[in-house]
Amino acid sequence: MTPVMIELLFRSLWETVLMTAASGFVSLVAGLPLGLALVATDRGGIAEQLWLNRVLGAVINGFRSVPFIILLVALIPVTRLIVGTSIGTWAAIVPLSIAATPYYARIAEVSLREVDHGLIEAARAMGGNRWTIVREVLVPEALPGIVAGFTVTLVTLVGASAMAGAIGAGGLGDLAIRYGYQRFETTIMVAVVIVLIILVSGIQWIGDRLVARLDRRT
Amino acid sequence: MNQHFSASVQQVADVRTPVDVVRLTDVRRRFGTTAALDGVSLSVRKGEILGIIGRSGAGKSTLIRCLNGLERPDSGEIFIEGRDIAQLGERELQPLRRRIGMIFQHFNLLSAKTVEDNVALPLKIEGRPKAERLSRAAELLDLVGLSEKAKAYPASLSGGQKQRVGIARALAARPALLLSDEATSALDPETTRSILALLKDINRRLGLTILLITHEMEVIRSIADRVAVIDAGRIVEAGPVWSVFADPKSPITQSLLGGIRPQLPGEIAARLSQSGGREAILRVDVAGEAASRPLLSDLAAAVPGSFRLVHGGIDHVQQQPVASLFLGIPTSADHERRVLDFLRGRGARVEVLGYDAGND
Repeated sequence: MTPVMIELLFRSLWETVLMTAASGFVSLVAGLPLGLALVATDRGGIAEQLWLNRVLGAVINGFRSVPFIILLVALIPVTRLIVGTSIGTWAAIVPLSIAATPYYARIAEVSLREVDHGLIEAARAMGGNRWTIVREVLVPEALPGIVAGFTVTLVTLVGASAMAGAIGAGGLGDLAIRYGYQRFETTIMVAVVIVLIILVSGIQWIGDRLVARLDRRT
Repeated sequence: MNQHFSASVQQVADVRTPVDVVRLTDVRRRFGTTAALDGVSLSVRKGEILGIIGRSGAGKSTLIRCLNGLERPDSGEIFIEGRDIAQLGERELQPLRRRIGMIFQHFNLLSAKTVEDNVALPLKIEGRPKAERLSRAAELLDLVGLSEKAKAYPASLSGGQKQRVGIARALAARPALLLSDEATSALDPETTRSILALLKDINRRLGLTILLITHEMEVIRSIADRVAVIDAGRIVEAGPVWSVFADPKSPITQSLLGGIRPQLPGEIAARLSQSGGREAILRVDVAGEAASRPLLSDLAAAVPGSFRLVHGGIDHVQQQPVASLFLGIPTSADHERRVLDFLRGRGARVEVLGYDAGND
């Protein structure tokens, strides 16, 4: 591989990491509260609001049904409104975030739902309000699952960001398509795959270590 | 202690009976078509341990959960420290719940927090500074004998240790009342004894009022001062533990007591018939002062050749002797009447169970 190729590889890696990290951050910040809202507003939840629960669920399902490549194109006006352009790495972060948020909300919901109802009851019996229950019970008790789910979301985002090449976002996937596939540069293709494997394994390893450290249940 | 709440209690306490920490009047709660609570009235006096016993589904869980507003009654009054909480909203209930500690069958400790953070949680909810929380937690862990486990996580503790942490946590905010929801039902007999001894000790040392629910008479027997028996959402019997043990009125109470009171051995019971036979089998229940005197030797002196002791025993409940004796007496109308008269004259309850034809 020429130094130019190596530089290209590193720039693509950076773009992928940037897209994954930025949209991952948004999905965490927006998805976790959404997951909490889904659990809290459901029947028997700490803030039961069935109609709100149904609306939230329907909106999340709606976003999750649309294939990412279509979402990417369909969201171009929104992207232009937020970023000012519809092309490039930053422009890709908008649809990636919007796709990852409902995805992560569902994953967080599953972990939060598994928190033993007796613990919520105990916090209520101590005089805790809803916020106390969220802060002291739901989130800390579900944290291993919340972190494990976030790891899954990040890995999914690494894959999804490859498609963002369609709007000129760059990244490793884009590099593999343009050089590896369209120009028959097998070396680049292999290099991209190896870098992706290392990236995904790294994310998974850090996530697993974090979960092991957080999990006090056994 | 929550200043704002104590002040408001103080004002009301003057008009209401200050000795009753809890007073329920005609509390009702339905779930669909079944009445979980069907007009429950009871009171818990300051410093006492009231045990509520019933079979599963009798309504005892609903009852205890009504006392801190985790469950809302359909109607009725629930006075806690002189204040009716039955109609309070969730937000108004929160400061009140801090005056009520609760322990649970499955402990309900937070797995993500250390033992000391679990114990300190009620104080964190109250908004106490960290230093105060930790020193109070240390004090309570010392009280329950788990000081060395302060930094451990609940998963590393045994069931008995978990319940000790649960008790420490329930006491953290210096409650006026402790609710115990089947606190020993998930523990083995030996651990149960040590947890009950701890609760009794806390009751004596801190003068803490305790209301516990259980399905085990043994729990009532070892620590309660008074007992209320609940069945199908109603209190069917209530009174000091020793007197309920000595003279259980309702069939439910008798059946719940069955396991721990002497019963006529089955093979003898099977032989009994309603007439004939050469020996009448009597059940003699005597308790309190009447059981402290030499009943049987006096009987032997008053009615010569009068009986043989078939089965029975004397238990001590709340330092009161509670005896259940099974006597066999020769069948003869006159003799039987004299024995019965003598025993009843001494304050015993006597029941002729039947006549034994003998197995020879």
